[in-house]
Amino acid sequence: MPNDELIKVENLKKYYPVTAGLLARQVAEVKAVDGVSFCIMEGETLGLVGESGCGKSTLGRILLRLEEPTAGKVLYEGNDIMTWDKRQLKEMRKEVQMIFQDPQSSLDPRMTIGDSIGEALLIHGMKNERERLERVEELLKQVGLEPEHAIRYPHEFSGGQKQRIGIARALAVNPKLIVADEPVSALDVSVQAQILNLTLDLQRELRLAYLFIAHDLSVIGHVSDRIAVMYLGKIVELADKMELFNHPLHPYTEALLSAIPIPDPHQKRKRILLQGEVPSPVNPPPGCRFHTRCPRVMKLCPKEEPTLQRLERDHLVSCHLYH
Amino acid sequence: MSNNILEVKNLKTYFFTGRGVVKAVDDISFSLRKGENLCLVGESGCGKTATALSILRLIDSPPGRIVNGEILYHGEDLLPSSSARLRQIRGNRIAMIFQDPQSSLNPVFTVGDQIAEQIKLHLGLKHKQAMERTLHLMEQVGIPRARDRMKDYPHQFSGGMKQRVMIAATLSCDPEILIADEPTTALDTTIKAQILDIFRDLKQKRNMSILFITHDLGTVAGIADRIVVMYGGRMAEAGTALDIFDHPQHPYTQGLISCLPDISTRRDRLTPIPGMIPSLINPPEGCIFDPRCERRIPICGREKPPEIVISGEHLVACHLYSQAASPEDRIEGSQNAK
Repeated sequence: MPNDELIKVENLKKYYPVTAGLLARQVAEVKAVDGVSFCIMEGETLGLVGESGCGKSTLGRILLRLEEPTAGKVLYEGNDIMTWDKRQLKEMRKEVQMIFQDPQSSLDPRMTIGDSIGEALLIHGMKNERERLERVEELLKQVGLEPEHAIRYPHEFSGGQKQRIGIARALAVNPKLIVADEPVSALDVSVQAQILNLTLDLQRELRLAYLFIAHDLSVIGHVSDRIAVMYLGKIVELADKMELFNHPLHPYTEALLSAIPIPDPHQKRKRILLQGEVPSPVNPPPGCRFHTRCPRVMKLCPKEEPTLQRLERDHLVSCHLYH
Repeated sequence: MSNNILEVKNLKTYFFTGRGVVKAVDDISFSLRKGENLCLVGESGCGKTATALSILRLIDSPPGRIVNGEILYHGEDLLPSSSARLRQIRGNRIAMIFQDPQSSLNPVFTVGDQIAEQIKLHLGLKHKQAMERTLHLMEQVGIPRARDRMKDYPHQFSGGMKQRVMIAATLSCDPEILIADEPTTALDTTIKAQILDIFRDLKQKRNMSILFITHDLGTVAGIADRIVVMYGGRMAEAGTALDIFDHPQHPYTQGLISCLPDISTRRDRLTPIPGMIPSLINPPEGCIFDPRCERRIPICGREKPPEIVISGEHLVACHLYSQAASPEDRIEGSQNAK
């Protein structure tokens, strides 16, 4: 396992103002990301799992500074990217690329896919048209498409193929880290497996690191080395994949794991049904944010907020049960 | 069989578009029994929703048309029925829930009024009694503070709560059959688990028959009694949940099961099904799965496979199990498989 830290975030926060009235007076804040810290090693996949609205996509976007954080630091190879200017950011974005959930809306319908992929190369300085064309063809082959596809338009491709194109475009500039935001959730299962295999193959070939964001724990479990579980803007548990699956500590992780549908009718599991729904991030519950739904809630939980603490085997958990 | 309350026989639903005829449902037959959960499983475009809509005759026409088949509800064919008769059955005897509860609720009426409307229409109750019944239903599906929430509008409910409202609405007339089209697909994991629990309850406590449509085999394993696997508008395989999960016969079903990520194993490659879902405008001759099938034999490209009984209720539409396949076909097939 490689152990060079590629990217590290410290106490990251992103609050969105909620405004009301004619003068757009700020009346509240949506605490989308509220004090998150983690790091990603070279060549490693960190899976980020959570339900809708937990802030996982916002977090992904902040890593590329597509979104300005309210507070906190993002260190890329040891340098704080918050202090960087446009030119430095452009250099960094060569090395950190993003893949989106909906490949359709991230491709220009009026450009051939060859041009779409080539554009990334042009922006990042590959001026020679012949070289560009060769590189595009090479990339298409790498993601399992044909070089001839370069002259076609996005509508001529299926969802899975479009996602392959999105991956080819991200790879165009030789990135070290790819932030993949729900890359397979719009795809059918038989196609989803193809894309998951492709991401794993590319990782081995190119020594890529991924931040893999998804709501589906079985997908996350398949691709990740380590997994971070988010709930209402905070990381509640972070551990090595097998450690997390075999010894989940946080009650929310336990509930998520028990809710994974397993394609085996013999399996009779204890299902942990959580009551209620995810509270609004505008007004998160006091103390531990999960206490309103927690099946193991204690007296302390609504009063005091737990912090993320390291237990044995590099297992981080934010829960009063363990501290 | 007398306990079949719904039978679909040789259903064909085609869409006549400018680019050609889309054979969305192409000769599908199955039956639904009292108190059972039958799952229709398949990937997008396999015709599972078109099948469900055909049962209630909700196919938009044009471009769609049911060109052949019978939909027998207690032996009564719904296809030639008058629209007045259909209105008595829809919502009242056979109710339907859709994937997106948002679009099935009217944004300008309170949810209480919307549920009560059905009760008044189908059961002829007065407003006050209808509201009482509405309250009771909303409590049953687990909506907290139901008396207050009745007066709320759809936008004030979350996705999971909206789906509960829809379930309450469909239960309002105590239907015999509930058709649920991907009811949990748009929901978060923990909420999905809650809604699936309601479906288990409906079957057990009300002895309701449920036709559950989904693309997710994991969901199916937890609730299905019997399963119909669809591919390209046709039935690939049908059987009890144990038949399908323990002894899948059709190469497509086998592929679907093996391509699922499994958390209990160490990271390894998945076994995807190569290629992609075919267009239903010009489907391949013969077996529709032929271009993606890794065990294809020569006859597959020429002839549509017959439905073959494996055991009891276990049916498969595949030439590998057919007597009609010539001996050479079989030998080549077994070589391809290796």
